[in-house]
Amino acid sequence: MRIAVLSGKGGTGKTLVSVNLAAAAKASTYIDCDVEEPNGHLFFKPEGVQVEEISVKIPKVDHELCNGCRKCVEFCSFNALAYIKNKLIVFDDVCHSCGGCILVCPESALTEKAKVIGKIKKGVSGEVVVWTGVLNTGEATGIPIIKKLLNADNPQGDQLIFIDCPPGSACIVMESIKDADYCVLVAEPTLFGVHNLGMVYELVKLFNKPFGVVLNKCLEGENPAEKFCLEKNIKILGRIPFDNELGTLNSNAEIAVNKNEKYRELFSSLLNTVTKEVQHETTTNP
Amino acid sequence: MKQLLILSGKGGTGKTTIASAFIKLADAKAYADCDVDAPNLHLITGWKVEPAKTDYYGLPKAEINLELCIECDQCRQNCRFNAIKVEPHYKVDPFACEGCGVCEYVCPVEAITMIPAVAGELMLYSDGEKAFSTAQLQMGSGTSGMLVTEGKKQMKAATVDTELAIIDGSPGIGCPVIASLSGVDMVLIVAEPSISGISDMERVIKTAAKFGTKTAVCINKYDTNIENTEKIEEFCKKQGLPFIGRIPFDLGAVKAINNGQTIVDIDCTSGTVVKEVYHKTMNLLFEKGGG
Repeated sequence: MRIAVLSGKGGTGKTLVSVNLAAAAKASTYIDCDVEEPNGHLFFKPEGVQVEEISVKIPKVDHELCNGCRKCVEFCSFNALAYIKNKLIVFDDVCHSCGGCILVCPESALTEKAKVIGKIKKGVSGEVVVWTGVLNTGEATGIPIIKKLLNADNPQGDQLIFIDCPPGSACIVMESIKDADYCVLVAEPTLFGVHNLGMVYELVKLFNKPFGVVLNKCLEGENPAEKFCLEKNIKILGRIPFDNELGTLNSNAEIAVNKNEKYRELFSSLLNTVTKEVQHETTTNP
Repeated sequence: MKQLLILSGKGGTGKTTIASAFIKLADAKAYADCDVDAPNLHLITGWKVEPAKTDYYGLPKAEINLELCIECDQCRQNCRFNAIKVEPHYKVDPFACEGCGVCEYVCPVEAITMIPAVAGELMLYSDGEKAFSTAQLQMGSGTSGMLVTEGKKQMKAATVDTELAIIDGSPGIGCPVIASLSGVDMVLIVAEPSISGISDMERVIKTAAKFGTKTAVCINKYDTNIENTEKIEEFCKKQGLPFIGRIPFDLGAVKAINNGQTIVDIDCTSGTVVKEVYHKTMNLLFEKGGG
């Protein structure tokens, strides 16, 4: 069962929730899809890490064969090719690897070469299998890395897989939740938090994903995120209090569940609720 | 015009909180929200007027005319984005389609057309004196980098003769961040004293360095982890990056934001410190020989 954890706004506690749920579940898989800024591995400190480089295909020009017809330049929707001073130039960073330029070249002057954009790492931390995607700095898109992470040979059936998503609601988040059985939205009680919760709420509805909300950093008094959930009739899966001790553990990249019985109970109970919800959803909407 | 961009790598460190305070302190005439995935700056900049809205067209999406389609499978075989589905007839998944046009090119019977598609919305708040450009990407859409570029263009086009522009960036290091970096004079990084925050800060600093942009660092919520705060200051010293302030954790800031105010609109500790950070930033941005 694949459970995606997302939030819209950054810094609401996606990694806190997904790491601690995975740790509470013991035998489980954690996949960090926030390939621009992956942090889960800092908490899990996985061992026996295997690394695989991820590359995309970009065009390579044979200047001997190129006759300067500019058909490729005209075709490229991404402006990744230019013919300047009698020479065809490829802008690697904006190339989307569609392969169109190779198809349209009448002289077969273009071929493809691999360009490394990042890597995926697999390791183990206790009983948790930890996957991390890392985009190289300066690269524009981590989508090929996310695809690779989610297509990796992961356990099927009842074993829980937690997918830690990137912030926002754009293509990278969509890619991360595409195959999820259930989405956990993490919200913080601020005006910004609610506004961005509203956006991911629209996203999970658009993709017809069953979902519930975890309210993080709860303070005494009014919680605008809770109000939003009540108004929209959204299932509240649990509440994590605003808590200095938890904050300190988290800022030191410690897994709270492994450090303090109080948090083990908190996240085990949240895990219990989430699992029940997922099972309910998969039996009613298989 | 000098452009200041606020970035952080990690989300939720306080980019918008600090950007909004700077806008207020500078009485900025030009500013933009480049976090097109999750824009929030408009929530606390107090504009009473409605913004002028323009549709943003990303790349077009392919459409298959089933009356012409002979189901030869060429489009599906050549699509690198797995956007062509057969269920049971040939169909384009608009979310997977990146608009490259390969399917249109390979189709032997011209059954595929590229149709322009709205991928977001640009909004411009303006009263003749000040201009605030913001944008919202459509759910699950790509091309956020292009929308960021459009948002910056819109801000520049609407402003006449001002010395300073403040741009609120997005988290991460990918296409929207890269697009927001182009042409700016200085980046202010809002770091957070956590192990995650440090790792993310280092990655965004590396990204900005590829553009050769002058970069300074401040820490928000510094007192939530003094040890990590010291690590960040040490890192800045080693890298030769100006370190320009420690902003304390402050529940007053949460209160201000939830009231739709900036932290310099009310009397609170974070607001007091952010004024110093603002002055140091302006000194760096406008120093001679800089930028």
